[in-house]
Amino acid sequence: MQPNGAVLEARAVNAWRGDRHILRDVSFVLRAGEFMKITGPNGVGKTTLIRLVVGLLPGESGSVLWNGAPVGKVRDDFNTALGYLGHPNSLKADLSGRENLKFLAGLRQSLNATDIDDALDRVGILSRGDIPARSLSAGQKRRLALARLLLAEADLWVMDEPATNLDAAGVNLVEDLIREHVAKGGLVLAAAHQRLLDDASILRRLELN
Amino acid sequence: MARQALGKAAMLVFQRDLTLAWRRWDEVTQPLIFYVVVTTLFPLATTPDLSQLRVISGGVIWVAALLSSLLALESLFRTDVEDGTMEQWVLSGQPLGWLLLSKVASHWMLTGLPLVVISPIVGTALGLPYEAWGTLIVSLLLGTATLSLLGGIGAALTVGVRRGSVLLSLLVLPLAMPLLIFGARAVTMRMDGDSPAGPLQLLAAIFFLALSLGPLAMSAAIRISVES
Repeated sequence: MQPNGAVLEARAVNAWRGDRHILRDVSFVLRAGEFMKITGPNGVGKTTLIRLVVGLLPGESGSVLWNGAPVGKVRDDFNTALGYLGHPNSLKADLSGRENLKFLAGLRQSLNATDIDDALDRVGILSRGDIPARSLSAGQKRRLALARLLLAEADLWVMDEPATNLDAAGVNLVEDLIREHVAKGGLVLAAAHQRLLDDASILRRLELN
Repeated sequence: MARQALGKAAMLVFQRDLTLAWRRWDEVTQPLIFYVVVTTLFPLATTPDLSQLRVISGGVIWVAALLSSLLALESLFRTDVEDGTMEQWVLSGQPLGWLLLSKVASHWMLTGLPLVVISPIVGTALGLPYEAWGTLIVSLLLGTATLSLLGGIGAALTVGVRRGSVLLSLLVLPLAMPLLIFGARAVTMRMDGDSPAGPLQLLAAIFFLALSLGPLAMSAAIRISVES
């Protein structure tokens, strides 16, 4: 990880959903070692902004810049630096937790069994690693998705409601992971409507309305 | 940890699909069963006389192979798009075309290759002479592989469409017509004692065209389908 000096910037981003203009001139700058939380009521466009930033939605006006260059121009660099935790957990129900990590996180990083065990242990589901994902609870599935994010070794984390379905300990886990990542100089952009590092000093808010 | 190499990543996709298929073998064997059933029904509906069946055997086998390949295509990318795996592939930093090509290759191995392997037996039941086995196998190898690639493009385009299977057939069947014509023709020519080289070479040409352009088209189509 060499996040020193990495900057994610959005300049006057606009987005429409059908004929609704939901993002109006949204701008922000996120630098290495910073955590930004996107807040706002349901339907305000948090997920749209997240998908737009990572490139899963085409931008209609405005631009998203990675280290000063438009993301579309440095797509490979950006994708390599990006760890994306979307709304779906991106798990295969028929595969065990270990296999899910091997086959999906393994596309980004060359992993061995210890790496996978460490990540499972970090999110607290090591003992459930060999159970098919369909038999895991909703919270455990989310934890598995977090383990995938950890294994991505990414500089920039973009998370859509990371604490969905998690219990109190799980929310603490997400907060700890974000704190550690930021302390290492990583960047975190997260959409959340619940409590997430609300009184921490590292928090910066981006309020959508 | 080090950045994953492209070859290993493609291999992981291939391996994953084989693992998943092994756990869902009933779904994977469906096209094969369809293929055997259709070809067995023909003698019952027409005539058990082998000398008459022989005339249409190449065509029957090819039509059955085409339709059963189509049957398996609709679900090719659907589950991966619905459960969010495809988003992760798109953002993985690996070339999406290679990952999708790898997925199509595993799909062909699970649905196309079994049809090819079983076709001499099915052919014999329809009175196909032993000399034509080689031509049948080669033509079906090229034909089913090309169909998987063409179908992959169609499946990538229709994956975001509700009940896309009709649309998929409409998209893929016209493109598959040359395969059917050249494939069945090659088998018939061989049975008549002519050299089947011409139609086989045309099949190979279509295969390489699909192999070179298919991954590009598939990745472009998947990006559009994921962007919603």
